Amino acid sequence: MTLMEFFGCTFISFGPPFALFLFTIARDPMRIIVLIASAFFWLIALLLSSILWYAVVPLRETLAFGLVFSVLIQEAFRFLFYKTIRLADEGLLKVTQQNEDQHVTPKDISNKNIMAYVSGLGFGLIAGAFSMINLLADMSGPGTIGILGDSKFFFWASAFMTLCFILLHTAWGVIFFAALDNKNYIRVALVVAAHMLISCLTLLNQQSDFSNSAIYLSNIIPAYIILIISGCAAFITAGGSLNNIKAALVCQKGRYQID
Amino acid sequence: MSSHSKTSGAVFATDDSPTERTSLMSSFVNEAARDGGSTSVFGPVPSSPNTNRITTIEDGSATPAIPETSVIIPNANNTGQVSGAPRDSHRRRRRNPSQRSAHQQQEEEEDEETLLYGAKHVIMLFVPVTLCMAVVVATISTVNYYTDTGTYLIYTPFHDKTDNTGTKIWQSLANSLIMLGGIVVMTIVLLLLYKYKCYKIIHGWLVLSSVMLLFFFSYIYMEQILRSYNTPIDYITVAIIMWNFGVGGMFCIHWKGPLLLQQAYLIMVSSLVALMFIKYLPDWTAWTVLGVMVVWDLVAVLCPKGPLRMLVETAQTRNEPIFPALIYSSTMVWLITMADDESSSKKGKRGTSQGTGVSGTSGGARGASEIHESDDEGGFREHLSNGTNRANELTASSDSQTARRAVQALGEMSHGNPNPHRHIAGSSSDPVQNPTETSAVVPKKKKTPKPRQRAAAPQENSAEEDEENNIVRFQKFERKHICNYYLFPKLLTHHFILFAGGVKLGLGDFIFYGVLVGKASSKGDWNTTLACFVAILIGLCCTLLLLAIFRKALPALPISLTFGLVFNFATSALVRPFMDSLASEQVYI
Repeated sequence: MTLMEFFGCTFISFGPPFALFLFTIARDPMRIIVLIASAFFWLIALLLSSILWYAVVPLRETLAFGLVFSVLIQEAFRFLFYKTIRLADEGLLKVTQQNEDQHVTPKDISNKNIMAYVSGLGFGLIAGAFSMINLLADMSGPGTIGILGDSKFFFWASAFMTLCFILLHTAWGVIFFAALDNKNYIRVALVVAAHMLISCLTLLNQQSDFSNSAIYLSNIIPAYIILIISGCAAFITAGGSLNNIKAALVCQKGRYQID
Repeated sequence: MSSHSKTSGAVFATDDSPTERTSLMSSFVNEAARDGGSTSVFGPVPSSPNTNRITTIEDGSATPAIPETSVIIPNANNTGQVSGAPRDSHRRRRRNPSQRSAHQQQEEEEDEETLLYGAKHVIMLFVPVTLCMAVVVATISTVNYYTDTGTYLIYTPFHDKTDNTGTKIWQSLANSLIMLGGIVVMTIVLLLLYKYKCYKIIHGWLVLSSVMLLFFFSYIYMEQILRSYNTPIDYITVAIIMWNFGVGGMFCIHWKGPLLLQQAYLIMVSSLVALMFIKYLPDWTAWTVLGVMVVWDLVAVLCPKGPLRMLVETAQTRNEPIFPALIYSSTMVWLITMADDESSSKKGKRGTSQGTGVSGTSGGARGASEIHESDDEGGFREHLSNGTNRANELTASSDSQTARRAVQALGEMSHGNPNPHRHIAGSSSDPVQNPTETSAVVPKKKKTPKPRQRAAAPQENSAEEDEENNIVRFQKFERKHICNYYLFPKLLTHHFILFAGGVKLGLGDFIFYGVLVGKASSKGDWNTTLACFVAILIGLCCTLLLLAIFRKALPALPISLTFGLVFNFATSALVRPFMDSLASEQVYI
């Protein structure tokens, strides 16, 4: 039972991101490095927000405080990572070149959305892992959920929210980077606002208990709605269109690529 | 052999054009056909018809690259000037698209080359490091044996049984200093043994320690795994398994075996040692040891008289891998049956622009290596080809094999996209006694030629100075393509291990990364483990970046371990309570 729950929740929360990783990241060493670097940036952001949360002793019980600043710090580090990536473009170009005769610009550099996507996925994966991995470890154990009056949908809701956050970070990465490239600061603000909104909505989860499981829907549904919106926005930002989808469906050449 | 090297010093070596491939074949065939130093080496021309015949035969039988070779072979009949001149211009065209001074170009190419240690190399180290850490973490979190410490190593006389923080601190410091002393002594002993060429003793030492690891430690490991899963198994089966495992490991590590298997064994050995450290070091001592290792690694590798640095330099001047025994080689060690090809390739490289003839086997050397490179993605596949080489070595019929390989090289070339920079990981260490024989190492780009080549080198110097610009350019160019490969003599007469210049990571690095992550995971918090993992990988990235910049032996531990230690303590003290409260309240940031 616990094992089934463990695997179910693992696959819910990390299945789609793992597929994304496998199909789009894993074959390209440069993308793996960028992925890990962005995960590292997220870690630093988390560390800073934890320090802030830890330092302000009176507000330590009030998660809203830590949450708001954590969101801001995360977005600040997303910006920093954007700066780093754009600075490193030259270097990346050279590193990616397999051969000195190869004067073709690699796709990763010419299409800036790819690196944005990779860094977004890196943010998402590490954020999702940090919020989920200890729960998963507990899940596989003797299994005690519900004894202290918790909702029986606790793990279920966590898994779905984790998935949502990973995908949201991915989409936000694309939108955020493209918006900064185009100096479209309204979109940047929209990304930050969306992140803040979803995170604050999850504060409602604190009210869930054995009898009140429906409260989860109050943030899962808006989160997924925003995920769909952000996903579409990211798709269009990256140059997607209905034609691309059609091309993908009829399995034309290069169907995994958005150029 | 000596005559060969001398003559080829005066001849013309070229880059990756087909002609040179075939000329390589000719020299191969010549080498195989004649013995020692016959006159046929003095020019490629007499041998080329011969070559053609042989290659066509060979290629029909053995390689899929028939069309390419048939296209290419006619070029082999050209004399040096004829084929040399077009290539010359070709190269000029390619290397000098804009009219820049040679100096500028040189600098620029230097930069380019710096970064050519591509992302691929990083990943090639990421994967084994990740695997090693994964083994350690999985073991720590499933088997209790390695986390409950009751017995300790004799190097650590103080066991932190007290609750007094001050006592704990000085005790763990004392423990780690004692351990450091042991490591220093062992390293210096190793250095001395190496310096005075007591290879037998070193090999004996390495063999003994790997026997202990492969049989004794892995027996303990297996016993504990079985125990924790409550699986009964009879002693006879265990004996058979252990015998096969251990002997297979000895074969793979010290002699020959599939590369993938060798890598697996080395990773396994490193994680076993890491687990042993985790078990037998007192809790705080392990952390201080990690901290001390950072400093020691810095000192040993970067100080002018640092033992590891001296070791690396000695190995470089001797033009040989540090120790062939315990190398973590990520796909890069090949046994190549190139009869004496190495000297001429070096020569060819040096005498590039002289235009006196075509014999350069350098391209051929590269071609042969490229076969393996292109294969080495799969690791195993590459090794299959190695295996065939070896079969031929054993039957001492290397001529057909070399010719075949040269033909393959041709096919490879015309398929294009040779990937000239690959790396060898060839550092080595005795994981038990010298876990710090570690450091990421880049061999120097310009290798000093071997003694007999050195003897011939001065002859060319004047000629080289005549065409300084060309030489600079060509050498640069060749360096890009060829100088990444170093040829190291193997004991067998005609066999060389071909090394591609690149990154080496010692087993000691694996061990200490494993210790760090294992210690982090032993507290039961997965966030800490994950943070340490990411931090170590990023540290490794930074080290490799620095490596590409500085191009000298760099310690691989300091950056990674510092990041890892910082993130371990910060995560377990600060992030963990924050994330725990967030997770229990299901608040997402």
